[in-house]
Amino acid sequence: MKAFFSIHSSAGLLACLLLLFIVMLGASLILAIRVKQLLAASRKSRQDGHCKPLRAYLQQFDRSQLTQLLSFRKNNQKAALLAALLLSQALLQPLNGLAQPTAKSVHSMWSETGVLITLVLIAIPVCVGVLILAARVLRVIRQQRYKLVRDEAEQLVEQLAAADEDIVTSLVKRKQALEYQLTNYELAGREQADDEKGLLGNVQNNDSLPFVPLKKKAVQRPPVSGELSKLVLWFLGCASFWLVFGTSVGEYIGVKFMAPDADHVSWLSFGRLRPVHTNVVFWGWASMAMLGLAYYVVPRVGNNTIASIRKGWWSLILINAALVLGTLTLMAGINNAGGEYREWIWPVMALFALGLLISLGNFLQTIARRTTKEIYISNWYIVSALIFTAIIVTVGYLPFWQDGLGETIVQGYYMHQAVGMWFMLFTLGLVYYFLPQQLNRPIYSYSLGILAFWAQIVFYTLIGTHHFVFSSIPWWLQTVAIVGSAGMIIPVVAGTTNFLMTFSASRHKISSSYTLPFFLVGVIFYFTGSLQGTAEAFRSTNLIWHFTDFTVAHSHITMYGIISFLLWACIYAIVPRLTGKEAPQITVGTHFWLALAGLLVYTVPLMYGATLKGLMWKEGKPFIDGVVFMAPYWLWRAIGGSLMWLSHLFFAWNMYKMLSGSGVPDVKDLALEQLKTQHKNNEQNILSAE
Amino acid sequence: MELFNNHKKLFRAAAVLFATLTVFVAVLPALHNQENNAPLPQSEPLSASAVRGKAVYIANGCVACHTQQVRNVDMDKVWGTRPGIAADYARNHRIDTWRNTATLMGTERTGPDLTNIGLRQPAIDWHLTHLYNPRIVVQQSIMPAYPWLFIIKENPAKEDVVVNVPAEARDEEGGKIVASAEALDLVAYLQSLKQVALPDGRATPEFLYKKQQAVTTGGSKTIELDGAALYTANCQGCHQQNGEGLKGAFPALKGSSVVLDNNPELMVDIIMNGYTGRMQEGFGPMPPVGTNNNLTPEEVAAIMNHEKTSWGNNAKKVTPDQVKLLVEKVQSLTKDKK
Repeated sequence: MKAFFSIHSSAGLLACLLLLFIVMLGASLILAIRVKQLLAASRKSRQDGHCKPLRAYLQQFDRSQLTQLLSFRKNNQKAALLAALLLSQALLQPLNGLAQPTAKSVHSMWSETGVLITLVLIAIPVCVGVLILAARVLRVIRQQRYKLVRDEAEQLVEQLAAADEDIVTSLVKRKQALEYQLTNYELAGREQADDEKGLLGNVQNNDSLPFVPLKKKAVQRPPVSGELSKLVLWFLGCASFWLVFGTSVGEYIGVKFMAPDADHVSWLSFGRLRPVHTNVVFWGWASMAMLGLAYYVVPRVGNNTIASIRKGWWSLILINAALVLGTLTLMAGINNAGGEYREWIWPVMALFALGLLISLGNFLQTIARRTTKEIYISNWYIVSALIFTAIIVTVGYLPFWQDGLGETIVQGYYMHQAVGMWFMLFTLGLVYYFLPQQLNRPIYSYSLGILAFWAQIVFYTLIGTHHFVFSSIPWWLQTVAIVGSAGMIIPVVAGTTNFLMTFSASRHKISSSYTLPFFLVGVIFYFTGSLQGTAEAFRSTNLIWHFTDFTVAHSHITMYGIISFLLWACIYAIVPRLTGKEAPQITVGTHFWLALAGLLVYTVPLMYGATLKGLMWKEGKPFIDGVVFMAPYWLWRAIGGSLMWLSHLFFAWNMYKMLSGSGVPDVKDLALEQLKTQHKNNEQNILSAE
Repeated sequence: MELFNNHKKLFRAAAVLFATLTVFVAVLPALHNQENNAPLPQSEPLSASAVRGKAVYIANGCVACHTQQVRNVDMDKVWGTRPGIAADYARNHRIDTWRNTATLMGTERTGPDLTNIGLRQPAIDWHLTHLYNPRIVVQQSIMPAYPWLFIIKENPAKEDVVVNVPAEARDEEGGKIVASAEALDLVAYLQSLKQVALPDGRATPEFLYKKQQAVTTGGSKTIELDGAALYTANCQGCHQQNGEGLKGAFPALKGSSVVLDNNPELMVDIIMNGYTGRMQEGFGPMPPVGTNNNLTPEEVAAIMNHEKTSWGNNAKKVTPDQVKLLVEKVQSLTKDKK
């Protein structure tokens, strides 16, 4: 098969000639129409015999034209008037268009390459000639039009010369109207500005050019009890620690793809560290951050206080204990026999589950005592996520249905529900609170949120086994999972629409906020990442992508792009309100860009390489060829991973700054303190003197 | 709506909906599959050593990279003679009080599938060397090394299994490398991983999405198979890319009298039936690779021609028809022996 546009392809050359013909035809048509219009116009003006009435022109004069006109009138310099008018009016209508009236038709019988080349060579000078001709015709047209305008201007001059006082008065009036300007005091008045209600903040006295654009500071919110804020901050602090730890492990195992002999220590071998990475970022980072934020959101949207702070502390301690024990057991080679995200043995997972149950009870009590009538949608999502996770863990760890393939079916269910019903549902609940709060406007549609909630339950529950398409589990169960995956389009589109519409009226706020970009990225990845999951579930795509690193890229797009970005957004929104201290904006920005760039560098090459590797498998290439082929893509993955990891160090620094402040005391605070001591000393002096 | 403003009703409704769906999509199918399943007649339970080896496999998280499932798609043909069925997993039970039933089907295939590794690579020497450091036998491998499964002994006892490791691949000097009980158990487990034949009369499930046969052009001339790729997939693990094998473990094919012999019968015999002729020189037994991996006579011919013409070898090529006759001959010979 020849390339379509090769020199040997007569079809291609014919197509070129045909294209040329069409262009010429089009150009000549345009030219013909223009000439016709022009002829019609000149015929019409000749028939009418005179130009528009003077009154019509009076409204069209602009300020400078009027000034000139009036001065001409004063000085009776009528001759100059004509020139000025010509200058200002003649330039108005630039002409455009190429045109050309001949063309050549080519018959298919002339399919010989040589003949075609000759035709093209002839066509080139013909085209050039046609273009020159067109240019000349256009010039004639332009001259003709110029002549028409000049005639009209002469008539106008005559009318103006004969104008009476009325017209002059109206011209003067019009000039004054055009010169009108506001005084700039209409709204502000002339009194001194005063902020009686304390509405102004973020006032900058430093006029130097900022290195990064200055973003808005966190708005003050109703105060939170110190007890609760301490608990929330502990949850978020622990989450940050587990993020840095878990991703350091992830970074190291990513490097092991290039340097498999980096170490020969059993506790650090790839197979043991991989579940450490996944479990720590899942149950340590994301889960703890979610719970910490929920301790703020759940009472707030019910307009009351949390039922028990003590229970919150128990929850925190149990989950941290599970993480420490889980990490140590996994590294020691004690695991729950391989099920993904189920690698912790049940005694460890029981600690985690107990922590969740305590928080669940706490939240339910809080909601029962709410002072609002309705239950805000955030609490639907958050509490349901906790209830469902309790069910998921129970089903996943109970021993009654785990022999043979039962194990695989439960595993598919467990791992996907843990992702979708715990992380996704919970985080969506948080976003339904924090996004409207940050945009300072209500969520676009409450009903869409409710639709997404029920649709998520109906469809997400079904999709677990799509991780085992083509395996020996029942074919119908695989089909159910694929159908459920397609059904996920409904909650995802509903959720994304809801968030983006909430955004849309306040788009301008994104650039002046340091939390909203995190929300925006999270919402965009919510759409793309979730729909990618749907795309991966089909049998045809499974054929190429299953078992490859495409899955790894997908899980990072979702768990990182969606969950982590949204959690960071919420954390940056809430921590400054609890501590009164903000992180330096430059390091928040660095965190954002490193994380985003890192994620893209991590996932895009990995998806590309994995697709090609899947095709290699399909072609029946030796397995080791696929391993060698992936090396550069694994390198890109490690580079992207390093950027992501670096961003977490910045995040940890920002957390530190938000928790402890800059270390240098505020000038105003210091001055107040000095005044206080002075005051005290004075009092003491007076006392001692007495 | 009442439902939306009453937390008891709302959360109860959500929980019941989720739990019901869970029962129908996970619990009932799992129970059904667990009840209606039995091991195939020819399958054998794992030996005590292999059971311990499975525990080592689990502890080191091998499932992170190795699958154990042959899917019913054409591309998985290289991993087994037939797609996996539920009965293949019927012997998978809960391990102990602390741990669930092992989930070893896997979702990532960074390394090769191991469903049939016991047949594909039965040589214990190969496995031990490969476990000590995979890059000794497979140069491009990125699998972790497991030197902690081996012990250094100055004077190995008679029953100790000594592993022949080139000096440059060792972490420390001196002594001999002896396989620990864990390493031997793990290899026993790997050797036990074999696909079992279906009972006679039962239809084998088909491989779907078959590759479309390339249309042959110009009469009856068949397309030559890629002998180098077939060699990489089937032979290179032992005989190496350069055809030189590994000293003291796998014999060289470069300059081998068997390969260069103009009568291909012995070579076909070795490929199809295995070989123990050079055990006394310290080389391990060669498995019947051609039979284990279901190689067609055309594929065997392509591999033989690659070996006969590479690395300086320059022997007469064989034709697929020639090999076909010889395969039939050597197979009937082994049947007679049995």
